[in-house]
Amino acid sequence: MKSLKLHLTVIAILSSLIVLQTGCGGDSKESNTSNDNQSMMNNNSGLTEWELESGFGPVKKKLNLGPIDPTMAAEGEKIFESKCATCHKLDERYTGPAQRNVLQRVTPEFFMNTVLNPDENLQKHPHSKEMLAQYMTKMTNQNVTIKDARALLEYFRVLDEELKNNTTTKK
Amino acid sequence: MNRRYIRALLIGISVVAAFVLMHYGCQESKNLSAGDEAEKVYVAPGDYDEFYMFTSGGFSGQIGVYGLPSGRLFRQIPVFSQDPEKAYGYSEESKPMLMTSYGFIPWDDAHHPELSQTDGVPDGRWIFINANNTPRVARVDLTTFTTAEIIEIPNSGGNHGSPFVTENNEYVVASTRFSLPIPNEDVPINSFKENFKGTLTFIKVAPDGKMSIAFQILVPGFDYDLAHAGKGPSHGWAFFTSYNTEQANTLLEVNASQNDKDFIAAVNWKKAEEYIAKGNFKKSSSTFYRNYVDEKKHMAFSEKNSEVKILSPDDCPGLIYYLPTPKSPHGVDVDPTGEYIAAGGKLAAVIPVHSFSKMIKAIENKDFETEVYGIPVLKYESVLAGEVENCGLGPLHTEFDGKGFAYTSAFISSEIVKWEIGTWKVVDRIPTYYSIGHLSIPGGDSKKPWGKYVVALNKITKDRYLPTGPELTQSAQLIDISGDKMKLLLDFPTIGEPHYAQSIPAEILMKNSKKIYPIEENEHPYGIKAEKDARVERNGNDVHVYMSTIRTHFAPDNIEGIKVGDNVYFHVTNLEQDWDIPHGFAVKGAQTSELLVLPGMTETIVWKPQQPGIYPFYCTDFCSALHQEMQGYLRVSPKNSNVEISYRIGN
Repeated sequence: MKSLKLHLTVIAILSSLIVLQTGCGGDSKESNTSNDNQSMMNNNSGLTEWELESGFGPVKKKLNLGPIDPTMAAEGEKIFESKCATCHKLDERYTGPAQRNVLQRVTPEFFMNTVLNPDENLQKHPHSKEMLAQYMTKMTNQNVTIKDARALLEYFRVLDEELKNNTTTKK
Repeated sequence: MNRRYIRALLIGISVVAAFVLMHYGCQESKNLSAGDEAEKVYVAPGDYDEFYMFTSGGFSGQIGVYGLPSGRLFRQIPVFSQDPEKAYGYSEESKPMLMTSYGFIPWDDAHHPELSQTDGVPDGRWIFINANNTPRVARVDLTTFTTAEIIEIPNSGGNHGSPFVTENNEYVVASTRFSLPIPNEDVPINSFKENFKGTLTFIKVAPDGKMSIAFQILVPGFDYDLAHAGKGPSHGWAFFTSYNTEQANTLLEVNASQNDKDFIAAVNWKKAEEYIAKGNFKKSSSTFYRNYVDEKKHMAFSEKNSEVKILSPDDCPGLIYYLPTPKSPHGVDVDPTGEYIAAGGKLAAVIPVHSFSKMIKAIENKDFETEVYGIPVLKYESVLAGEVENCGLGPLHTEFDGKGFAYTSAFISSEIVKWEIGTWKVVDRIPTYYSIGHLSIPGGDSKKPWGKYVVALNKITKDRYLPTGPELTQSAQLIDISGDKMKLLLDFPTIGEPHYAQSIPAEILMKNSKKIYPIEENEHPYGIKAEKDARVERNGNDVHVYMSTIRTHFAPDNIEGIKVGDNVYFHVTNLEQDWDIPHGFAVKGAQTSELLVLPGMTETIVWKPQQPGIYPFYCTDFCSALHQEMQGYLRVSPKNSNVEISYRIGN
């Protein structure tokens, strides 16, 4: 009876060590993977699937995007120039990452939530944390409205379309 | 053992015991906070204070913003003094704030902060404060905690008795400490009685805060000291203390202390408005400035005025009456009901409290003792409500708790004396350390005081803190007045002389506090709204740098083509739109100060390079992990060089 108890204790200790070990392994594996969608999904930080895909912020359900609205996109381009271009260029690293392909890296919902609510995402979301570690400057809160963020999204949808078309033409 | 021996022994023991007790007493006096005081002033990390307290900086010319009950300092608001930390008075935008008819004045002595009021209660929109030396009144905007406007007071020789507001900021009142020839002219000083006059000034405050001099009242050549406007039934009146009714012009400490009684001037400003409407005034040509900030342009402008309306009591019967008041009265304080007017007679043995309703009756009955320079002097007994005896030595100022009690500071005996309105009996007293001047209860000069604390504002601290050489800090002492007995809770040093202070519940201000200036609304003529507009333009010897900042770079950050002899204007726009992210800007050899540019704001300094070479510039306000990378270079070429203007950022 006594020896069984001892056995159980040993097993418990061992298994907790294994759990700890795998936890570490998981982390290191994750930091090895590049900052693509895969690393966002493959996470054990206790976030819900929605939070992982869409980040934290005022956008709380899947956006119903519809066809591209060119007027809104033009508005978005203006906002990008005044509020974002200080840190983001389209095709080169500046203070923050190049942005042309942003919608190939994150979902539209994540895009908007990050623009609208950078601080909370930087604290909670593994992808945002990873970007901070890479660029060393916190994404700034530029106090844009939801409407402005939506217009920005439209602008990047246009850029995204162009990217897709270019790759198909090349093929 | 004989009886005598026993008695000697007993006496011996009691002497020793007395010594022990006395000694213990001494220890106690420097260590009063042994009970639950610490708990009452402890604001846990991350928690907020219950009140904002605004202290005047006295001869620092600023306003200090503290929290109560913790005594923590949050901010220094530059008002009348240059502040290189914030570029106040150094940046091109803020320099006009310090313009006067005497030119640019970088300093003054700020005494009395006064919160704006709605229905006689502090409303948290603005705080006014006076400049003593070169007479001015400033209005500080409490959404941004910055100075929004400064108006110069003409025909004044020292603006001590100000700025006190009427119930709805109809007026801010001011009185001149020194009488002068009006208009000022070259006369023998000993022609004082013949040539010198005082003025009482009524500054109109428009609903948006804009100040203007509505009118001035010419009064006899005494020293005017302090003031308060009436409230409730006494709304429409304002009260001003005067001393030196002897009209001495030398050795005032002796010569101005001769008369048994000086005067409180009671001014009926509604009557004054009638006389102004009737045209019963003279125009005096006097130059005075009004400087104001255009918040959209992020710039101050100076406006020169040249005329003021003057009322003379001779032409305006019923405008002004004198209440005789013992011995060089200093403070004049109106209780929350508006009925009682307490005066602090610096050299008096009692605090006289006048009754407003008795005053009105005495005026109706023409109960006059005499006339002075045509102004009726009411009989002391006819206006007196009561005298507070045993009020301490050197009573100065009184504030109210809204629960029927008044608190008077006594400078000479270093104490606060609590007395009951109506019975005029002293009910409690507490020592202050040392030499208290003003005292302050949140809302304590308004209709509805928040009577939880009184703060003693002390001139001298001697042995209270670690010594710092010959110059020591002044102090504020927080005293709990929620119970019957006053209780000292906290003692904290202040920057400058905390001459007077006013406090207001934090919840009233917090919700209005601005976080950023929206960049879309920036109308600064040299501001830019996007980094792509950053540029450098030459116009003769003037070079304008339209520069932007964001974490973590300047644009542009490499500039060439500047020459010795140029005036380089750095117009720095902070494109950040995030709370608490200012950027600084400093360039080597600048003879001004740094810039501290708040989110959405544009600010300018002028730099005049003296020698060719390379000059670095950098961000002075730690902004991000790459703050140390936020830097740039300027190339300065000789005067006759042909290096063209060029600029860039990145590759």
